[in-house]
Amino acid sequence: MSSSSIVTLENVSFAYGDQPAVQNVSLTVDEGDFLGLIGPNGSGKTTLLHLMLGLHSPDSGSIELFGQPVDEFDHGEWIGYVSQQSTQKSSTMPVTVREVVTMGRFAHASHSRLTDTDHEAVADALETVGITELADRRVNQLSGGQRQRAYIARALASEAKLLALDEPTVGVDAESRDAFYRLLDSLNAEGITIILIEHDIGVVTDRANRIACINKELYHHGDTESFVESDALEEAYGSSGRVVHHHH
Amino acid sequence: MSTDDRDSTESTESTDATDSDDSTDTTGGTETTNATATTDRIETSKRTDNTDSTGVRRTVEYVGIVLVASLAVVMLAFVFLYWLRSYPVAGTAYTQFMLAAEYLDLLAGTNVFRHPFMWQSMATGVLIGIVAPMVGTFLVHREMALIGETLAHTAFAGVAVGFLFSATTDWGISLLLWALVVGVLGALAVQWLAERTNTYGDVPIAIMLTGSFAVGTLIISYGRGFTGINIESFLFGNLSIVTVEGARLMAVLSVAVVGLVALTYKQLLFITFDEQAARVARLNVTWYNTLLIVMTAVVVVGSMQVLGVILVAAMLVVPVAAASQVANSFRETLYLSVLFGQIAVIGGFVLSISMSLPAGGSIVVTAIGIYLLAIAASSRSMAALSTH
Repeated sequence: MSSSSIVTLENVSFAYGDQPAVQNVSLTVDEGDFLGLIGPNGSGKTTLLHLMLGLHSPDSGSIELFGQPVDEFDHGEWIGYVSQQSTQKSSTMPVTVREVVTMGRFAHASHSRLTDTDHEAVADALETVGITELADRRVNQLSGGQRQRAYIARALASEAKLLALDEPTVGVDAESRDAFYRLLDSLNAEGITIILIEHDIGVVTDRANRIACINKELYHHGDTESFVESDALEEAYGSSGRVVHHHH
Repeated sequence: MSTDDRDSTESTESTDATDSDDSTDTTGGTETTNATATTDRIETSKRTDNTDSTGVRRTVEYVGIVLVASLAVVMLAFVFLYWLRSYPVAGTAYTQFMLAAEYLDLLAGTNVFRHPFMWQSMATGVLIGIVAPMVGTFLVHREMALIGETLAHTAFAGVAVGFLFSATTDWGISLLLWALVVGVLGALAVQWLAERTNTYGDVPIAIMLTGSFAVGTLIISYGRGFTGINIESFLFGNLSIVTVEGARLMAVLSVAVVGLVALTYKQLLFITFDEQAARVARLNVTWYNTLLIVMTAVVVVGSMQVLGVILVAAMLVVPVAAASQVANSFRETLYLSVLFGQIAVIGGFVLSISMSLPAGGSIVVTAIGIYLLAIAASSRSMAALSTH
């Protein structure tokens, strides 16, 4: 593929035991894309994202990250990942916003001490997402929206080229959610590639320029306009689930 | 923006809370009162952005950590000087050290410091008070609180194997070394089981815990014919079973553990907080998990001498639980865990020596006292907040 492709999947399949989760999916995410990954509950969205990031190895097919086979990819600092899991942990552990954001520098620093450059990157990231004044708070004292900003700041501190977000706005109020998506828009405009899993299809079609709609298999992959005009949504959701469709 | 508004309101409120709280602050001379004062201060600043009180709190913690570190250096100095006392320079230094110790006894009117065996026990205790909470901070927040208990039981099986081995052969291999080897193997086994059952669920932990204890009891019962086994000291811990060898093992292992934690702090923190993101950032998560669990086994074996198999998990968990109640950041949790751990060890030693009680129980009860104080301090701050 061309050098500008960030993620390339070719005929990727993955199963948990004998339960297929992803079947024969091929897609490409190019530099600067804002890809919305949608599908009904249990459709394999998170698994597909995990495959892209190398958290699972595919049973068949090939995956490339930044032009490298995913299992050889070693520029961890290029990816900012916000999982559903990370959001849970932050509610109990005593850790400050600054500590969370500084984790973004750990892949750069390895076992050495953090340098001034690292601390500057953290300060800049906090500034960009607008949570500088919350830096010394415990993460569990933040609202859902502020917490998500902290995770984005961690990715920015890492100088990530790809943001992978798994339902980042679950439990976030509508106002903060809109602000959060405006932040994503502006980051995307600066050239950061975004892959977003979101159950609210309205949000995805409003924000993303590309849509991948899956239910184990890929039902649609292309620009948002062609998705809206297609029948992919009905086909993918079929009888298996209810379509969440709000417009803002 | 609404966030800013909320923020400024909260700072004003918390400044009021600080003022009212400061007046109730008392400072005492004893260790425990000092700890209370410290926790009060920690609580005070928890809900304020007031830089002054944060500064005071930082200073108190910093002084505490420096004191603990100095104490550790003195203890390590004793262990290594005693070890090397047959060499010229170390020999002279050791003599000077013991002279100073006798002087200390004279000053304090005690009969403790002049005895090398007391120093062995104290050194082991002080080092336990540092490394156990240090490793425990990561374990507790990885929801692996009971791993220490499991590895202690595995190490117990190791002690049993060692007993049997030394009873039936002429090889004088230290029981602790057996415990260490079997403990580390147990740690790797737990890690292996946990990876194959997909999470750190408590099922593999419960199986390892009971299974290794079962094997230990079988071996001991089989070996009872060969030798008089004093297994109780390993079960309940005992100051007097801290051997010269045991103290040396603890000293070497402690230096290694502190060094490793310092070197891998960033990675351990990242994995503790967000294991998946750490994997995506291409940290070798399996390797660091293995390192953590092996360090736990090492700490457990070292601590077993004083605390006993049954109580060893307490020092990994209780000081950390207390610190997590009052700390703001992870780094502060780590520092406070070590401080609380150290206060528990010293307090427990004083209790144990002055009232002739078992050291393990005394230390753990002191630690739980600190934990309760920390809860009281943090719930008091909650109450103060909600009245505003």
